Amino acid sequence: MKKLAILALIALSCTGAMAQQLNAAGATFPYVIYSKWFDQYKQKTGVAINYQSIGSGGGIKQVTEGTVDFGASDGPMNDTMMKVFHDKQGTEIVHIPTVMGAVVLTYNVPGVNQSIKLAPDIIPDIYLGVITKWNDPRLAAINPGVNLPDMPIIVVHRSDGSGTTYIFTDYFCKVSGFWKDKVGKGNSVNWPTGIGAKGNEGVAGQVKQLSGSIGYVELAYAIQNNLYYADVKNKSGNYVKASLESVTADAADMAKDIPNDLRASITDGPGANDYPICSMTWLLVPKEIKDATKAKQLVGFLEWVYSDGEQYAAGLNYAPLPAAVVKLCKEKIAMITSNGKSVMKMR
Amino acid sequence: MEAASKTASFRSPLKQERKRFGDDFFKYFTMGIASLVLVIIVLVVYQLVTSSSLSIAKFGLGFITSSTWDPVAETFGALPMIWGTVISSMLGLVIALPLSLGVAIFLAELAPLFMKSWMITTFSFLVELLAAIPSIVYGLWGMFVLAPWLQTTIQPWLIAHFGAIFLFKGLPYGIGMMPAAIILSIMMIPIITSISRDVINMVPYTLKEGALALGATRWEAIMMVLGTARSGVLGAVILGMGRALGETMAVTLVIGNTPQISTSIMQPATTMASVLANEFTEATSDLYISSLIEVGLILFIITIVVNVAARLLVWQASKNLVTQSR
Repeated sequence: MKKLAILALIALSCTGAMAQQLNAAGATFPYVIYSKWFDQYKQKTGVAINYQSIGSGGGIKQVTEGTVDFGASDGPMNDTMMKVFHDKQGTEIVHIPTVMGAVVLTYNVPGVNQSIKLAPDIIPDIYLGVITKWNDPRLAAINPGVNLPDMPIIVVHRSDGSGTTYIFTDYFCKVSGFWKDKVGKGNSVNWPTGIGAKGNEGVAGQVKQLSGSIGYVELAYAIQNNLYYADVKNKSGNYVKASLESVTADAADMAKDIPNDLRASITDGPGANDYPICSMTWLLVPKEIKDATKAKQLVGFLEWVYSDGEQYAAGLNYAPLPAAVVKLCKEKIAMITSNGKSVMKMR
Repeated sequence: MEAASKTASFRSPLKQERKRFGDDFFKYFTMGIASLVLVIIVLVVYQLVTSSSLSIAKFGLGFITSSTWDPVAETFGALPMIWGTVISSMLGLVIALPLSLGVAIFLAELAPLFMKSWMITTFSFLVELLAAIPSIVYGLWGMFVLAPWLQTTIQPWLIAHFGAIFLFKGLPYGIGMMPAAIILSIMMIPIITSISRDVINMVPYTLKEGALALGATRWEAIMMVLGTARSGVLGAVILGMGRALGETMAVTLVIGNTPQISTSIMQPATTMASVLANEFTEATSDLYISSLIEVGLILFIITIVVNVAARLLVWQASKNLVTQSR
């Protein structure tokens, strides 16, 4: 009996040490690649990371409350949120971008089986309800040779709060002063017109069902659903098709203006081949992690992401970060401390 | 002996007065569990009220009268949601009521005349099976089957012929108030049918016999039966509406999620349940969350009132019918 009890205690303590896992929660957009990373990392090192894709808002909230070890968000935390985090957790929050995505405009116009062109003065006007028909002269002017029918444009947007909406409205705020004043940017906004659908799948599904509709989705969903998406005119005047290369190019061109805390908006890049509606997605990591074991595991994972993880991004339709930004991310990882000592140096 | 047992307990010195300890324990145990249900309701109300106190303090009654739902400017008004919830449920009722009453009268009065009883049972089982289908399945069916069909066939026809009437103004979106009302009506039919059928069956047979003997036609006799059972049927109707008010996923996928108030059934709308399902996970600021919880509180109050009214009516009706048959 006594032997059994001792054996049981030893077994329990062993499993206790090995079963330590990290908990994370946040954005749904990068869930696919994060799952792949966590799975690969677990095979390599045995460290399990449990991720709940409850949404960017949930990720920010949970990392602020301390219920998860790190969070993930498509939109960076604003100054108020960062202050709340500092007050609650006693340390700073570090934003570390991981991959990038793009927001594309998909449409379903009968008779149009090719990519149409859209420009930064036209897209906000469609979403404001100013341009209401597909054969509007402004649309026809930039799309010579495309047979645009005399049909009303049915605008589709997201009904749920989402980082995708944040990226899209952030772009609008940059190219349309009227949108910036009237509507603003956010995970959820007061859309002037249009119908709302739930999730990327909802918008993609809705656009597929409703003829004459236009909607915005993540690039990955557009590719997977075989939807036509528009070429968008960028800041330098070229019509660029969204692709992993044009997204990475946009980030590379905006990299020199990235602020120190990496909370950059990379929409509307200046380069010739930039696709203008892109964004990074961030991991939200506390700067000071008291538990040394957890800190080492977390930093180990982050180092692996930038050495081995990024290679999986392209295969899953995520744009990998350009080299300049990876360099900045590595500097951020070096800043993470546990009980005052740099974790990278401990490993 | 009887007077003694009222005050007896298991500690009484007289052997014939002693109740078993098990009886008392059972009584208080089940009383405790029953009161647990009440406690849960009170706790839910308490949590809803305290969590929405921030937005109640900021917006007050303006929350129920304002139509602006702007998360960026942090101005919230729930009138479009309340409108959408009530109107979609009532429209669903308009469609469901004649259908359910028809089925209920058929099953209770007409079918026994020429159908075998096992066929009637199967038929009523199939009607009740409609209630067993998960609501999200209804929503997916609505989004992928009903809405496109409406968009290509019914809605263009309505707009072409009746487009001038305020009810049918707008573009053929497919989704919007129309498919939401249709799906809600399908979900209400099993509830209204089964309760109405039970209430109609409870009308004493002698009343109908008397009417037929006095020369009433079958139709007149059935109308008289329905008249007698009317408060029970009304209760069934309100119960069905109570379910429709709280329906979330089926409605969210087809109603278009646009916070606007419109008199046209072609237009998209929003309901209280669907705005909660859509925006709760991403709401980050305290005022936003508090406003959403206040929407939940309003929905809770409306649903409780409707359900209590319905139960009282059905209970009253069955009491009347039972006393009548003596």
